[in-house]
Amino acid sequence: MTCLPAPGAKKLGLVIDLDTCVGCQACATNCKEWNTSGHSAPLPDFKPYAAGQEGVWFNRVHSFEAGEGEAGRTVHFPRSCLHCETPDCVTVCPTGASYKRAEDGIVLVNHDTCIGCGLCAWACPYGAREMDDDQGVMKKCTLCIDRIYNENIPEAQRQPACVLTCPTKARHFGDLGDPDSAVSRLVAERGGQPLMPELGYNPVNRYLPPRKKALPPNAPVEDAPTPMDIRNPLLRWMDRVLSR
Amino acid sequence: MNPAPSIVFFTTASGAGYGLLFWLGLLRPLGLVPGSQGFGLTALGLALVLITAGLLSSTAHLGNPQRAWRAVSQWRSSWLSREGVAALGTYVPAVLFGLGLLADLPGLTAAMGLLAAAGAVATVYCTGMIYASLKPIKEWRHPLVVPGYLLLGAFSGAALLAMLGGFWGDGAVPAVLALLAGIAALVVKNAYWGAIDQAPPVATAESATSLGFIGKVRPLEPPHTETNYLLREMGFRIARKHAEKLRLLALAAGFGAPAALCAFALLVGGGMGAAALTLGAVLALGGLLVERWLMFAEATHTVTLYYHGS
Ligand code: SF4
Ligand code: SF4
Ligand code: SF4
Repeated sequence: MTCLPAPGAKKLGLVIDLDTCVGCQACATNCKEWNTSGHSAPLPDFKPYAAGQEGVWFNRVHSFEAGEGEAGRTVHFPRSCLHCETPDCVTVCPTGASYKRAEDGIVLVNHDTCIGCGLCAWACPYGAREMDDDQGVMKKCTLCIDRIYNENIPEAQRQPACVLTCPTKARHFGDLGDPDSAVSRLVAERGGQPLMPELGYNPVNRYLPPRKKALPPNAPVEDAPTPMDIRNPLLRWMDRVLSR
Repeated sequence: MNPAPSIVFFTTASGAGYGLLFWLGLLRPLGLVPGSQGFGLTALGLALVLITAGLLSSTAHLGNPQRAWRAVSQWRSSWLSREGVAALGTYVPAVLFGLGLLADLPGLTAAMGLLAAAGAVATVYCTGMIYASLKPIKEWRHPLVVPGYLLLGAFSGAALLAMLGGFWGDGAVPAVLALLAGIAALVVKNAYWGAIDQAPPVATAESATSLGFIGKVRPLEPPHTETNYLLREMGFRIARKHAEKLRLLALAAGFGAPAALCAFALLVGGGMGAAALTLGAVLALGGLLVERWLMFAEATHTVTLYYHGS
């Protein structure tokens, strides 16, 4: 059914910290690694060992420059499905293959009924859907539905692959519908932002803004070197002799 | 957006087919086109061939064409699904219309002709709405997109009907309609192109990244060095100067010239008139292909904000 379900209380999603993301591509790589044998497996690669290689990825890490001069920043920016609350990627689907789960808000594709028309990818403003040209069906981030509810893995690992692998802990997973959850508190504390809110898709994922650069009030003044700044004893002796 | 040949051909061919079906279904009961059985069946046959070829071509664009039947299930929310329902539904009165013509049953023919005409309008309206409902693509969200699809279908259909009418010795009424629709198409497309050139973007690199509070946002490093589905499908860009030339070509050769040829045919009539109407119909279809190609090539998707910053 591609009509949207009534809004549920639970809204699972990601919170991505643009302050600490270092653009290492670990989340994109581990996403590919997990998902190529997970719910939406496989994630094909074409011409993997030749020029012009390309493939399906659920997570793409961009880098941007924002602002000018001293105030300017380089910001690394992971982009994946935002599991929007009112996404047209679901309602435009002619077959019912694209759907949003009522119980937790995860947006998924049924690969057994998708006809590969591509309309849902056109309807996603964020570029979160990529066609698997091998199977002829649409694929997208599953919020690692096969990890977060997976009772065969230790409880601590029931988190999306991208979240677990991030070396700077820039990715957080949780229920953004619960105002007391850790992710909701993080969003409240740090002023987490939605992307392209003007399109009205009501994304669930939030991006934490880079913190303000801590500029010292006055530029540091360098002290004149003292004899003790010279570490080498021989040079220190020469300095003393020559300074007489 | 990538102007995939299968979709460009589909919307042009089936648009013209539905236009032809519309005018035939409407004008024949009114006695405004040749009333012979041969004319009716030929025109209906051509309409159904164009419609069917277009629909088949659109399934060539699917990743799993064998599952295409599933596409009629989500008419509650999806314009693509509604288009499928309307397209299939229109076959019913269209085929009964043909049976009415064959068996020479004027009552059935008139009723089914009018129903088929209504189905044709509904189908083309749904086609237009598929595009007009896509929020990330500002060139398609425009209020002139749906009227444009309807008008161009009517124009090409009238041009084809006038051509066939010319062969049967009387294409006057459809020629007048094609003339008027051609002029209307000129005006509407010109207004549309002017409007999309001025239209503000639906989103910016700043809002797409939430980094606007720092300042202007520009892409520094892309996530991948080679292309991908998103860039192939949504990153297609046409150079401004080519777009301008193609717009002029569509306006002059695709809409203006067929309108002029219709006027010429109305004046001279006879064999010369039929030849002019034939040339007009061919030019109209050619112009429509150019217009449809531009419809895709000029459309921009918000995902390119992440890759190109605009
Ligand atoms: S990010 Fe795109 S694919 Fe994901 S829910 Fe929103 S619109 Fe749909
Ligand atoms: S590509 Fe598949 S999931 Fe997307 S709209 Fe078409 S049928 Fe639905
Ligand atoms: S939640 Fe899972 S599928 Fe989605 S981006 Fe992270 S690793 Fe990939």
